[in-house]
Amino acid sequence: MIEFRSVTKRYPDGTQAVEEFSLVLPSHKTTVLVGSSGSGKTTLLRMINRMVEPTSGTIEIDGEDISGIPPVGLRRRIGYVMQNSGLLPHRKVIDNVATVPLLTGVKKKDAYARALELLDTVGLDRSLADRYPSQLSGGQQQRVGVARGLAVDPNILLMDEPFGAVDPIVRADLQRELHRLQSELGKTVVFVTHDIDEALLLGDQICILERGGRVAQVGTPEQILTNPASDFVASFIGADRGKRALSIRSTPEGDVVVDSDGRPAGVLTGQTKATPFRGVGAPAQGERAS
Amino acid sequence: MNLFAEAIASILSGPVSETVGQRLTQHLFLTLLSVAIAAAIAIPLGWLIGHTGRGRELAVGLSGAARALPTLGLLFFVALLAGRSLAVGLLVFVVLAIPPILAGAYSGLEAVDRRTVDAGRAMGMTEWQILMKVEVPLGLPLLLGGIRSAALQVVATATLAAFIGLGGLGGYIQAGLALRDFPQMLAGALLVTALALVLEGVFALLQHLAVPRGVAASRT
Ligand SMILES: Nc1ncnc2c1ncn2[C@@H]1O[C@H](COP(=O)(O)OP(=O)(O)O)[C@@H](O)[C@H]1O
Ligand SMILES: [Mg+2]
Repeated sequence: MIEFRSVTKRYPDGTQAVEEFSLVLPSHKTTVLVGSSGSGKTTLLRMINRMVEPTSGTIEIDGEDISGIPPVGLRRRIGYVMQNSGLLPHRKVIDNVATVPLLTGVKKKDAYARALELLDTVGLDRSLADRYPSQLSGGQQQRVGVARGLAVDPNILLMDEPFGAVDPIVRADLQRELHRLQSELGKTVVFVTHDIDEALLLGDQICILERGGRVAQVGTPEQILTNPASDFVASFIGADRGKRALSIRSTPEGDVVVDSDGRPAGVLTGQTKATPFRGVGAPAQGERAS
Repeated sequence: MNLFAEAIASILSGPVSETVGQRLTQHLFLTLLSVAIAAAIAIPLGWLIGHTGRGRELAVGLSGAARALPTLGLLFFVALLAGRSLAVGLLVFVVLAIPPILAGAYSGLEAVDRRTVDAGRAMGMTEWQILMKVEVPLGLPLLLGGIRSAALQVVATATLAAFIGLGGLGGYIQAGLALRDFPQMLAGALLVTALALVLEGVFALLQHLAVPRGVAASRT
């Protein structure tokens, strides 16, 4: 579990990036921080691994104030995936994936074996291990970035718009795979995006941010879709444009689901069982380890 | 016989040929030692500046001042004060060699994509590991470029060493001047030029080899 308590960040140039931000990010769930550019998402994310120090307030991981944890050690046990993959251009894919294990003294042979497994995990062919990052496509580079983030088997994975720079088809692919991965691995994922569709797709918990890191709404995708807390949220999720307000129309062909402009969006295939509450909010008693 | 042919003949089998090995060695020794000392000073300093981003203005200012010094004047001035010695020659050539190496060291680090450095730090590299495993390898081509231009400047300027009794290929020019022996002077000039070209070739090759494979791959 990660907890922000009244966290404020003012940069030296006076920019107020985050103001009095409080949020609990439950363990083994994906929390998505979503908001438009400049709303403080990256700042919030980078405070978790102490790449950015809060001006005031505290951040706790499993109840431990991270300001007391030496940054290098903290960062080595938190996976970090960034938009431009951030791979080291002069190192082969396998060395990139194995970077942190090698830093922490894992034997080269073991680190490489694990790195190859991780390539499988993120859906990359092992033959790419000896390539350099510049010899990969954008989507492949992001997969390597994810593999590297997972290399030390961290409990926490921070992802900063990891799929922002790849084309929509590849992005959809990567999103699906992350979803699959997360259902297998159950990491505590903090995912930053400006794309509300991505947030709804990946988030167990979604935190919608306004400028200055102010929380507009926190909730499950269902809660946010059914009960937007403000006009801002309604507009942000597209409810006001009718994109989310679907209705059923009978046609000679059968029933179709249409949006508020009457354009067909799909068909109803029946009703799925109500999903249980997706574990957002206060963690269950005794829950440990994020 | 024309002057040029006489000079070549002198190098191959004439009077110059008798001392050319020794003088060449002296010249090369002086050049390489000066560049090595300059590198030992300028590389750590340049990396410190490039990594921390601090002290750049000071370095640029001092380098500019050092570059503006007339080397011949400095050499004679220091020799007048401190006598003719190897130390004096080295001092002057080291001063000459430091600015390009310093600039190569810090600009090499500055040229590294900040996002790559940021990624290294976010993964949990220490500052030392960021320097040694990310910045230095990626900045190596520019550093070698700096060493290359330092070596070329020193190899040309080391001709002056003969004027304070340190020998080297400048000896032919000095003696030729005194004796009005123009073929010998030309022989000296040709040898310096040839040495400079060889060094240039070696450094060009090194610089090429220093471009990290993955970076070279992206340029094709
Ligand atoms: N290092 C910095 N120095 C000064 N201002 C910054 C810095 N990093 C971010 N900011 C500012 O803080 C605000 C939030 O930035 P950021 O956290 O990057 O937002 P987001 O990731 O949501 O786009 C923006 O106004 C941005 O310009
Ligand atoms: Mg951002």
